[in-house]
Amino acid sequence: MATVALENVGKVYPGGVEAVKGVTLDIPDGSFTVLLGPSGCGKSTLLRMIAGLETITTGTCRIADRIVNDVEPADRDIAMVFQNYALYPHMSVYDNMAYGLRNRRTPKDEIDRRVKDAARILAIGDYLDRKPRALSGGQRQRVALGRAIVRDPKVFLFDEPLSNLDAKLRVATRIELRKLHERLGTTSIYVTHDQVEAMTLGDRVVVMREGTVQQVGPPLELYNKPANTFVAGFIGSPPMNFADVSFTERDGRLVAEADSIQIVVPEPMRRRIGRSTGRTATLGIRPENLRIATPDADRSNAITGVVQVVEHLGAESLVAVDAGGHLLIAKADPTVAFASNETVRLTPDPEALHFFDSTSGAAL
Amino acid sequence: MEKRVVFRSAWLPYALLAPQLVITAVFFVWPASQALYQSVLLEDAFGLKSQFVWADNFTALFRNSDYVSSFGRTAVFSILVAGLAMGIALLLAVMADHVIRGATTYKTFLIWPYAVAPAVAGALWVFMFNPRIGIVAYAMHSFGYDWNHQIKGEDAFALITVAAVWKQISYNFVFFLAGLQAIPKSLLEAAAIDGAGPGKRFRSIVLPLISPTSFFLLVVNIVYAFFDTFGIVHATTSGGPAKATEILVYKVFNDGFIGLDLGSSAAQSVILMTIVILLTVVQFKYIERKVAY
Repeated sequence: MATVALENVGKVYPGGVEAVKGVTLDIPDGSFTVLLGPSGCGKSTLLRMIAGLETITTGTCRIADRIVNDVEPADRDIAMVFQNYALYPHMSVYDNMAYGLRNRRTPKDEIDRRVKDAARILAIGDYLDRKPRALSGGQRQRVALGRAIVRDPKVFLFDEPLSNLDAKLRVATRIELRKLHERLGTTSIYVTHDQVEAMTLGDRVVVMREGTVQQVGPPLELYNKPANTFVAGFIGSPPMNFADVSFTERDGRLVAEADSIQIVVPEPMRRRIGRSTGRTATLGIRPENLRIATPDADRSNAITGVVQVVEHLGAESLVAVDAGGHLLIAKADPTVAFASNETVRLTPDPEALHFFDSTSGAAL
Repeated sequence: MEKRVVFRSAWLPYALLAPQLVITAVFFVWPASQALYQSVLLEDAFGLKSQFVWADNFTALFRNSDYVSSFGRTAVFSILVAGLAMGIALLLAVMADHVIRGATTYKTFLIWPYAVAPAVAGALWVFMFNPRIGIVAYAMHSFGYDWNHQIKGEDAFALITVAAVWKQISYNFVFFLAGLQAIPKSLLEAAAIDGAGPGKRFRSIVLPLISPTSFFLLVVNIVYAFFDTFGIVHATTSGGPAKATEILVYKVFNDGFIGLDLGSSAAQSVILMTIVILLTVVQFKYIERKVAY
């Protein structure tokens, strides 16, 4: 077990593409840290630099307080689970798991004990003699995990390990991964572009974009207090609604306004925004925090719009509302029916309003 | 996932097969049957009459020390050619797999020799190694080695081996490179993390994964060394000096068309045909079963 500390780590590929730009990140011992971001944000590159599969252009990477920039992957005491599992197709499940231990000249009975242990934990004991091609996707995934855990490394690295599984299996494996981490307690770094995976697995989530870290924190903190519009839009499903608003003072209250939007800014938020009359900002409100009210509700604190589409998901309905050119999504009770082109009023939860600087996108 | 086409018409499948069947019949079945027939005949020196001799041509061959030594020579030759051509091609392919800049040019140059006809390749090597005017022979003379493949049997044997290997490397290279590039990078990365150094990775991951390719190439190379090297031998040494480079396929030509011993020549080609049939059977039988991982 160990901490991983990245200090100003950057990656420039030959040809000048800058994949990772000066990332500084501390990954505490025993944590499950998820690197989250859209494809091309540098999260995999960062993981591969920690693994030693990519050279580090600038900065330093420390594993257990040792600088590992020039240490071979084999000597970093890490294990990695790949997206395509990367099982050795010509070796049996047993040999796949034993390979790393044999390379390190572990005694035979010790290898046998560890492989059997891992196989028991992952319930793959019955397949030890099979070749990977005779296994299902989920079983291959387990073997890949087994190959990582038999080594008992300081750090586990996961590169989108669930993306090749079908939806149902993905949910089940997600839970098992979490249980496995609680059982082993090994520092884990997990790369994904799926925010649900990140939220459910990680005890810390690192949101990345274009090679830089946008925000680091526990999942709920990222959900409740996104640092900028990117994080706000990336975390949560369906994504947060955004609208450009301007502030005006009315009857001693601060009101955020756009064409058909009129929202009273609550007092604690107002203090944070400061002197702001005439200023513009980006309003962010999550679909689950928009309530659909009757049209005769209080007009001074509501968004008026026309229903465009209703998506029925069973447990809830997603109502797409056109509010003066802004398309807003609201989560609604599935029992309430809406007609297309019906005029509705949306009232936001005042505690769940987000305001972002219009130019930088940073949270106000 | 197999896709089968069902023809309703009775004659269409046969019509579609016909061109290949005609080619096989005209260029293989007929000449092969002629050779088979010829191999049991003894013809007189003027070609006026022939007599049926059963397997006498075959038994005579195996009692003939010339033929037996040619057999041994061919075995050594084909092992050398297959081994060297595959070894060098694998080395080049491994290096080409790592090349980043100018990779296409590098690969194109490596593939070119395959486009050279065997006789032309032979002529090329004859000029370079000519004991009097050849540039390579000149260089070797200056290093104190008296190269003369026109007089020294082992020099001649080395020359045809080098020429045959050179021509086959390109072919092997293409297959090895394709085989190497089919190995997912993540496998090698996983092995690297698993503590295997470059040599160990090559032995325990790369070699087993390209073994189907290697086995296919082994059979192809042996067949090549046995049969397709005629042009090279003919252009460089004509089987000499003193039969030092007379491999089986060249002896067929020499005995039949130069010596006009048609019966013996036909018997030799029947033996060669049997060898190639056996190799093909081995290949078909094992390539998809034993070597596949």
